[in-house]
Amino acid sequence: MTELAANDPLPKPKRDIAPILLPVALALVVIPLVGSPSTWLTLTAASLAMGMMIFIMASGLTLVFGLMDVLNFGHGAFIAVGAYVATLVLAPFAASIQADSLWTNLAVLAPAALLSMAVSGALGLIVERVLILPVYGQHLKQILMTTGGLIVAEQGLYALWGPQIIPMPLPTSLRGSFIFGDVAIAKYRVLATLIGLAVFIAIQLVLNRTKLGLLIRAGVENREMVEALGYRIRRLFLGVFMTGSALAGLGGVMWALYREQVHASMSDDLTVLIFIVVIIGGLGSIGGCFIGAILVAMVANYGGFLVPKLALVSNILLMVAILMWRPRGLYAVTSR
Amino acid sequence: MMILSGDPPRSRVLTLVLVLIILALAATPFLFPGAKALNVAAKICVFAALVASYDLLLGYTGSVSFAHTMFYGIGSYAIAIALYGMGPNWAAVATGIVVGLPLAALLALAIGLFSLRVAAIFFAMITLAVASAFQVLASQLSWLTGGEDGRSFQLPELLRPGTVLISKNLFGFEVNGRILTYYLVFAISAVMILALLRVVNSPFGRVLQAIRENRFRAEALGFRTVFHLTYANCLAALVAASAGILNALWLRYAGPDTSLSFSIMLDILLMVVIGGMGTIYGAIIGATIFILAQNYLQSLMGVASKAASEAGLPLLPGLLHPDRWLLWLGLLFIASVYFFPTGVVGRLRNRGGDKSAGTSH
Repeated sequence: MTELAANDPLPKPKRDIAPILLPVALALVVIPLVGSPSTWLTLTAASLAMGMMIFIMASGLTLVFGLMDVLNFGHGAFIAVGAYVATLVLAPFAASIQADSLWTNLAVLAPAALLSMAVSGALGLIVERVLILPVYGQHLKQILMTTGGLIVAEQGLYALWGPQIIPMPLPTSLRGSFIFGDVAIAKYRVLATLIGLAVFIAIQLVLNRTKLGLLIRAGVENREMVEALGYRIRRLFLGVFMTGSALAGLGGVMWALYREQVHASMSDDLTVLIFIVVIIGGLGSIGGCFIGAILVAMVANYGGFLVPKLALVSNILLMVAILMWRPRGLYAVTSR
Repeated sequence: MMILSGDPPRSRVLTLVLVLIILALAATPFLFPGAKALNVAAKICVFAALVASYDLLLGYTGSVSFAHTMFYGIGSYAIAIALYGMGPNWAAVATGIVVGLPLAALLALAIGLFSLRVAAIFFAMITLAVASAFQVLASQLSWLTGGEDGRSFQLPELLRPGTVLISKNLFGFEVNGRILTYYLVFAISAVMILALLRVVNSPFGRVLQAIRENRFRAEALGFRTVFHLTYANCLAALVAASAGILNALWLRYAGPDTSLSFSIMLDILLMVVIGGMGTIYGAIIGATIFILAQNYLQSLMGVASKAASEAGLPLLPGLLHPDRWLLWLGLLFIASVYFFPTGVVGRLRNRGGDKSAGTSH
């Protein structure tokens, strides 16, 4: 290989934009069905916010699977743990939450979210070491182990916080909506969308612009080769697992604020939603996960508005449709 | 040996335990008076059959399905809706069976065929999603299913507690319709478990195990793995729906909490793993342990929790609260996956000395 050839630009991989166009097309198609443009805008904003929250929760799961072939059925536990931990901070500072000042509110919210992420991440470390390490490469046992972990975590939360639903009021300054003409967009949804976009961009930057990201992407594509090159993929995986758990915790806080309540059973409903997103996106693909999350949220919001009875079944229909089109999800990145 | 399909428990202790359980179940109406004991016994029978059918999937084909309660629920709801709508007569019971069983089998076929199109790893996730959608559907279609309240119904005359079949002065025990229902549940569950034992010991069952061990090799040997897996799915769904029918008949009620909820799915998983995967006998052991714990461990924990709170210990009262019994079973579940993946049955078999007869993996 000559120096010249090494400097040649690498052949660009073909861009596959059909999946990206899908949510845009879906949004455009429903305009005439919804009727009023202002309702459509509100619904679309709601979909984006919901999609971002789901994306934050699902991103870790898809990477964990892509990188190490680990199916974590207990991922929902991190979501619930994150939400519960946030109440530890938010409850004593209820006064600051009720204060009508964005900065006072955020001064409490941000530490709460950070603490949630820290605790979820630490829990991720324990789960990876205790539950997943002994059963690497055995799907059946992974599913059983992590399901057992989910049961224990859920019951543990009940034991610590009690079985009742804990209210989690939205800070005063995030209540209400921005009004543009006759379009109302809830303030919290804007914040959620911004955070979701920030997380997405951060993940993309890390994956595409750093050596760490290069190793992760390489590991997703071919684990053995990365190992053969001398990298400790197990440590890399532990990092990804902890990050994914922390993100799930963050998603849990955001979701709890969105619903304004915390309950351990939230992990059950969300787990299903997240699995659908991960399957739609293609296991291991962050981009697919992002589009999948927005699609699921769109179907939930538009569907809930147009045909309320179909709300949860519509997700299944979406999944069936996508898998009929692409049996391995929107973006198939793993060779498995 | 014929009746066990040449697959005996292969352990003296296990045989003893099984015989004890079955004798206790058979004699419950006479040995342990009271409604609670009979309810617990009936639940053990129903769940033993349900868990055995799940074992066919999990233990023998190695595929994790989270939709098993859906089939159980279909059976329950079919019989409940039929008896609720058509009144308490045998025609309604027959209608429930004729509608419920094929519906379950068809749905299992559809799920099987659909998940064949996608990666095998998706199977667990897809069944989870489908099951949760079905649960929402059942609670939404309240005109049909009664929504969250479920459907209560009357049984045909013969099966009601008021019907005295053999009066008390004949043997000293009164045999009424309730006891007859219990024996119906007991007998049908026993037949289903024996049938499953037959299935897993047939050439078909051997192919399932071959697929579990190495799907690629099984395919290379010329077996149509797709056909075998789908067929096993449908069989398991049929047994699960039948167990659902029995459960609804016993409870005279079908609702989301008793027949569809995700927690029942987790219960089934716990039972099959604790009892022992891939043994069928494990289903009986697992169901017995679990349901006895569910019904009697709680009162024990209540005492312990009270003692702990009186002693002023932190945290412990919460952990020992009677509602937290699942926490301890969850820990037991993880421990059993980790330390004895073949469950109680595998443990007992290996202890018996004849190691080669134990599990092969």
